Amino acid sequence: MRREPPQRLADYGPLFFPAGMLIVFFVVPFATMIAVSFFQRQQGGFYTPAFVFDNYARFLTAFFGGVLGFSLFLAIAVAIACVAIGIPFTYLLSRSKRSVQIVWLVALLSVLSLSEVMIGFAWSTLFSRTAGITNLFVWMGLMTQAQALTPSFGAVMTAMTYQAFPYTVLVLYPALVRLDPTLTEAARTLGASPVKAFFTVVVPALRNTILATLIMVFIFALGSYLLPQLLGRPQHWTLSVLITDQAIYQSNMPFAAAMAVFLVLVSLALVGLSLYAGRQKEAK
Amino acid sequence: MSGLNINHVTKQFGTFTAVNDISLSVPDGTFVCLLGPSGCGKTTLMRMIAGLDLPTGGKIELGGSDITQVPTHKRDLGMVFQSLALFPHLTVGENIAYSLRIRGVAKDVQKSRVEELLGMIHLPGFADRSVNKLSGGQRQRVAIARALAISPKLFLLDEPLSALDAKLREAMQVELRQLQQRLGITTIVVTHDQREAMTMADTVVVMNKGEIRQAAAPVDIYRRPADSFVADFIGQTNLIPVEADSAGRAIVLGQTVEGISLPTGTSKGMLSVRPEDVQVTAPGNGAISATVTFIRDLGGAIETFVEAGGSQVIAVSSPRARPEVSVGQQVGIRLDPATSVVLAK
Repeated sequence: MRREPPQRLADYGPLFFPAGMLIVFFVVPFATMIAVSFFQRQQGGFYTPAFVFDNYARFLTAFFGGVLGFSLFLAIAVAIACVAIGIPFTYLLSRSKRSVQIVWLVALLSVLSLSEVMIGFAWSTLFSRTAGITNLFVWMGLMTQAQALTPSFGAVMTAMTYQAFPYTVLVLYPALVRLDPTLTEAARTLGASPVKAFFTVVVPALRNTILATLIMVFIFALGSYLLPQLLGRPQHWTLSVLITDQAIYQSNMPFAAAMAVFLVLVSLALVGLSLYAGRQKEAK
Repeated sequence: MSGLNINHVTKQFGTFTAVNDISLSVPDGTFVCLLGPSGCGKTTLMRMIAGLDLPTGGKIELGGSDITQVPTHKRDLGMVFQSLALFPHLTVGENIAYSLRIRGVAKDVQKSRVEELLGMIHLPGFADRSVNKLSGGQRQRVAIARALAISPKLFLLDEPLSALDAKLREAMQVELRQLQQRLGITTIVVTHDQREAMTMADTVVVMNKGEIRQAAAPVDIYRRPADSFVADFIGQTNLIPVEADSAGRAIVLGQTVEGISLPTGTSKGMLSVRPEDVQVTAPGNGAISATVTFIRDLGGAIETFVEAGGSQVIAVSSPRARPEVSVGQQVGIRLDPATSVVLAK
């Protein structure tokens, strides 16, 4: 197929709608937020236009640095967990029968219909002492006494991985379906066991897809603010939790905006860095 | 007993029998082509030899040991896939060295082996290129080199040349045959192209509907087909009904033909006559009377289509021996009894 560059203004027509949406719902609010982040906060909940760096200066403290570090660590951990579980799962799914695939994909899509609140409460029940899965372990004789698994870091990780997992599978699925199945067969005839073939052929051949999935889950997990509050202790709260707290409960819009801007910049920098690293390796 | 031995191998997919009780013996160092129309079970048979599919019944032996249940990666073989299946994330050299790397061969040994194989496939200095930037023929050669890197006991190729254009395919057939003879490696090729099979193979195995119809040298397959399927599938042939009269003489298209005899006890059969063994002459004098229906001049050969006794017969002659006939003309045809084969009906 021949592709000609757009000639007239009308050729750009199909782009108008998405561009408009992007401007109205992303560029304008984000610009407003950047502006607000430099405003001066007034006692009593309001703010006046100004150009001060107080809000940014405020979180150059060990406390906010720690929260930021934890937020990034949590998002990276969730992304790695999702991809580590997602690749073998999706690989086996793409090699299974059509009917099996449909059942799994419908089940995964239905998880997407659950709100973060429902997922949070469901897991907090599952991890509770009174009604949780530990009762099942006691009944099976694996544990002597039921105990609460929440609040804990593990509970936050589990629920966030659960929430991001369907997205992971949906992003990986098309790439794995398209992957030529004779590639693994060829690896096997060349002396690689099925497991070795998976790690030496399937994973490297999907390197770009895997990188894209990691970035997507990372950004998705970075925005999570309900699950850390529902399932974690205060030290497991992410920057998103603090932003919500400042914006809604402390009525400190300028500071919340500054944190949000900073979070966006840091995550963009991380994404850029990983893309750059990926490209460097490809060029090699 | 060395070489490859296939004993009563059967493969069923549900109720469909893809390979039905096949036995075949491939001596060391021979080149065998599995030839047949699509869906005849030839690829399934090869996948079972490679261990990518497991037989429902029967036994496969390689070099004297039973490999029927041995997983693919522990069989000593190299395989070239129809899609070639070159690893897109690796360079040419890394692709070729893959089997050596998996086996933990030292880096410098890998490197020298890759150099050696690249020389063998006439692509020296290609080690660092990306496989995505090679031409079809080059990709083909790399796939062959990769399969041969460990000097396997058995070399399998599944429709290896089908992606190439006609001219390159012919050249690669010759090259592949020469390579096999030089290395003396036992080779099995799956193909649906009978020219390819005739060019390369020591033994052509003609398959249809999951069964072997004939396994013989290319010339024998062509000259002495075992049945009408083989006669029709290999090259072009005229299949003409033949009957024996009370005296046992063969009657072809209403004319007694000397020199052809039916197997004792049968009175009806099919006569397979290659077009080049049909001669168009003047009518009468013992020739089968016929009418010319179409003449096709292909430059290198003239095909004369005639109608005789309700059957269409095609005669091929070289331009030097062009029959001086025209469409609609009454002619006579003579069949060469020495090269005509009577097949069971």
